[in-house]
Amino acid sequence: MGAVLAQLPVRTPSVDWAGLLPVLLPAAGALVLLMLRSLVPSRLMPAVLDAVWTFAVAVACLVSVIVLWQRDAEVQAFGRELVMDRMALFVTAVVLGSVALAALTLPRYCKRVGVASAELCVLILLAAAGAVVMAGAADLIVLFLGLETMSIAAYVMAALNLRRLESLEAGLKYFVLGAFSTAFLLFGIALVYGATGTTNLDGIGDYLDTYIVLRDGMLLAGLAMLLVGLGFKVAAAPFHAWAPDVYVGAPTPVTALMASAVKAAGFAALIRVFVEALDMRADDWRPAVFALACATLAVGSILAAVQSDAKRILSYSSISHAGFILVGVQAASDSGVASVMFYLAAYAVIAVGSFTVVAVLSGQRDDRTGLDALAGLGTRRPVMALGLTILLLAQAGVPFTSGFVAKFSVIAAAVEARSYWLAVVAMVSAVVVAFAYLRVVVAMYFRDAGDEAGTDAEASEPATGLGAGVVIVVAVLLTVAMGVIPGVLESLSSTAAGL
Amino acid sequence: MSALASTSFPAALTVLVLVPAVGALLLLAMPRTRPDLFKPVALVASTVSAALAVWVLAEFDTGSAAVFQFWQQYEWISGWGVSWQVGVDGLSLFLVVMTALIFPLAIVGVDAEHSPKPYYAWMLVLEAGCLGTFVALDLVMFFVFFEIVLVPMYFLIGGWGHGRRAYAAIKFFLFTMFGSALMLVAIVALAFLHSSASGGAVTFDLTVIAESQLLATNTARWLFLAFALAFAVKVPLFPVHTWLPDAHTNAPTAGSVILAAVMLKLGTYGLVRFGLYLFPEASVYFAPLMITLGVIGIIYGAIAAAMQRDLKRLVAYSSVAHLGFIVIGTFALNTEGLTGGVLQMVNHGVSTGALFLLVGMIYERRHTREISELGGLQKPAPLLAAVFMVVMLSSVGLPGLNGFVGELLVLLGAFNAHRWWAVVAAAGVILAAVYLLWAYQRVFHGPASGANAETPDLRWREGLVMAPFIAAIVFMGVYPKPVIERIEPAVDAIIAHVEDNVAGFAEPVADVHPSVSLEDLARSTGKADHNGGGTEHGEGDE
Repeated sequence: MGAVLAQLPVRTPSVDWAGLLPVLLPAAGALVLLMLRSLVPSRLMPAVLDAVWTFAVAVACLVSVIVLWQRDAEVQAFGRELVMDRMALFVTAVVLGSVALAALTLPRYCKRVGVASAELCVLILLAAAGAVVMAGAADLIVLFLGLETMSIAAYVMAALNLRRLESLEAGLKYFVLGAFSTAFLLFGIALVYGATGTTNLDGIGDYLDTYIVLRDGMLLAGLAMLLVGLGFKVAAAPFHAWAPDVYVGAPTPVTALMASAVKAAGFAALIRVFVEALDMRADDWRPAVFALACATLAVGSILAAVQSDAKRILSYSSISHAGFILVGVQAASDSGVASVMFYLAAYAVIAVGSFTVVAVLSGQRDDRTGLDALAGLGTRRPVMALGLTILLLAQAGVPFTSGFVAKFSVIAAAVEARSYWLAVVAMVSAVVVAFAYLRVVVAMYFRDAGDEAGTDAEASEPATGLGAGVVIVVAVLLTVAMGVIPGVLESLSSTAAGL
Repeated sequence: MSALASTSFPAALTVLVLVPAVGALLLLAMPRTRPDLFKPVALVASTVSAALAVWVLAEFDTGSAAVFQFWQQYEWISGWGVSWQVGVDGLSLFLVVMTALIFPLAIVGVDAEHSPKPYYAWMLVLEAGCLGTFVALDLVMFFVFFEIVLVPMYFLIGGWGHGRRAYAAIKFFLFTMFGSALMLVAIVALAFLHSSASGGAVTFDLTVIAESQLLATNTARWLFLAFALAFAVKVPLFPVHTWLPDAHTNAPTAGSVILAAVMLKLGTYGLVRFGLYLFPEASVYFAPLMITLGVIGIIYGAIAAAMQRDLKRLVAYSSVAHLGFIVIGTFALNTEGLTGGVLQMVNHGVSTGALFLLVGMIYERRHTREISELGGLQKPAPLLAAVFMVVMLSSVGLPGLNGFVGELLVLLGAFNAHRWWAVVAAAGVILAAVYLLWAYQRVFHGPASGANAETPDLRWREGLVMAPFIAAIVFMGVYPKPVIERIEPAVDAIIAHVEDNVAGFAEPVADVHPSVSLEDLARSTGKADHNGGGTEHGEGDE
């Protein structure tokens, strides 16, 4: 068809459909699954197929990413509204990789907790499509479209555990606060459009390169609102208040995806808007991001340290990780972007792995996530305990794990940008949050097992299951491999950042 | 500083580090049904490492002890200029050998109280981490190993410790991690500032950065403080030492042995290699501060040790005092002091490691470490008492045993640099005699009553474990020359490096010789007292 169009005398907008596969595959996959589920009687289509389909779509999408990565020219579509460059592909890989891993845990989880797997899978794929659009957005409007597609799916996913009140509360909370933040984002887009006359990110960049905005109040206000809107999405303090409750209330595999895929898309948008388009105004937004990063690091790590629920600890620590990633954003440099990419990839793997462990242990209603539930895990399930330990140590930034290399690269970017104090704040907060991880480890290993609670737990504890087992093993292996031989991911993330 | 690669076995040091790590993985893969095999596997892995270390010692070229030997470099994260670079010189040689020898002894000497598989696996990981720290010549690689040792020690204390083990383990982990958090920022800052000053690519190569000395004075001082904080926590120096008594007391015996013998040396070794060598000017500038903290540590540690009721806690506080000596020797910034400091690192490793083993043996027999509940152990266990006495006297610094040589050199060096601090530190030697002899007297002398009278003597295996310690204590006390002649060239090179790079600094040396009049002497002494710094003093002599 492309050949036919090319020979016509009329110039039509050329759309590289193959290049858009990372967006099209999850979106089409979601629609196909939705149709099949509505048309085919459920006795002909066992529930496990939902997750298998999601996994297959995610893997197909990953394959398309690999193919596109090999191309030299970046894919542009719809008059440079959507750009599948290396960074977009990298974030797509992180998003779909997380989806693929999370999908493996779904069949057993949905059956045990009673979550409708078809709806969940459709929403996951839709959210993934939205996330990919966000990563590839070259226009504020497209960015907004992607963000809404992803967020609305995420609101519903958070509320899908119908048997649990907290889940419904999470969905509502996420929805209300998310809508609130979207208003900020939209207003910001409008103001930036007003100041620069375009919503195209390249156009904004070119405008600011060419003209000096003398009365820049509108631009600065727009900038601030964009930062607030995107800050909500990545759960940066002081816009983080929704995150702990939503993370804890949502079904655990959804939490895993929110910590990995949703966060990755949010940071991709942040980089697109601030580091790339608003590069010329870096002196204006860098102090704001500096403050956000400090607040996020402090809030995330200090509040993580005082929790006594594993899922809540991981939720607050996810905020603290967002702070670390903001440190890389604050550097406003290519190496900063590369460090953010590395961190996103490393953290996505760690987050999916750790939340999967929590999901496996969380009982029939997905609410047994207190530290007591982990007591004696070291003797009860030594392999899983070791896996969670490695993932937690990676989150703490212990060497020979991807977490260390990720922190190192972020710190290096900050130091290179002469943000010494931010680097110091980040490292000190890493020590504070390490306390939270160590408490989990203490619960698993150093609390004497064999008390009544322990035996009770053993009796009611569900089996790991093949899917979750594979996910945990893969996450641990990737985490260690990226820590011992970081060169591979380092060069990929550098390429993604255009270095 | 050039580096020599070994021709016969270039990867010796890399293998030395990797063997225990591989052993740990092997243990992890072994079935739980064969618990009898865990200890032998751990022992074999650590013995192979020890044999390699001894081979390195034998092959070490004394004539060029000032350069890095068995040097080897691989690319690691080439995008960031991080490499796997290893080598030993006179400073690290004996620390490597001591580490590699003490691990098999700690493994064979102390059985795991429960869950042997993870226990021995963590021991091996710890060994790999410690060895890696001593041989690393790349800043990031050093940091990686410096930090990784926290994990196995955390698990050893938390999993196999006594008393408030979880508390002690977390406290240990967080204190040390806090110290090194700032060091990571400093390492990265150092590399970037170096590359922007030199115009070259970013590198974390220790020798390249240290030899070029491109940093502004003030910057270097800030970075030195960040490094020094990390090392001060590890040593531990006075205000940040509080994790040590808890960690030592609650750790299992082997954990205490390794903690005292090896891990504290990571701090003092770091102060020399990454303090003096990387930041010569800042080291001179902050020397009075470091010496002051060291002297406070000596006196405070000694007084605190004398007051302890728990034998293990007593030995732990004695470590604070002994490490104070190493620090003042290091920052005396002269050949005697630094040689003594390095020698004392090895000596303290041997004697305090042995002391913790012995305390562990007493605890195993009597199930208490309360000094008041022990007494008269000499009668039922004469051999144990004899061994304890030799080790204790070595720790006191009795002439003829190893502790004396190191402490004498340290005090000589400190006397030339900071006279009155040396006098105060010398009082620490007397205090050491007080608390150790007093403890010995209360535990081993007097009438043995009750369970004390039934205390069994050393068993064969325990005797065999203690024998190498005693041999090292006596050998290094009677004939320290082979050790010193390997340490000294490296020390001289460091001192010369400091002299070359610090304007107006000359090594503070003994200034008492016939041509100096009493008046001169009084003047230079007065000056040194007035300034409390070696810089002025050295200038006055030249």
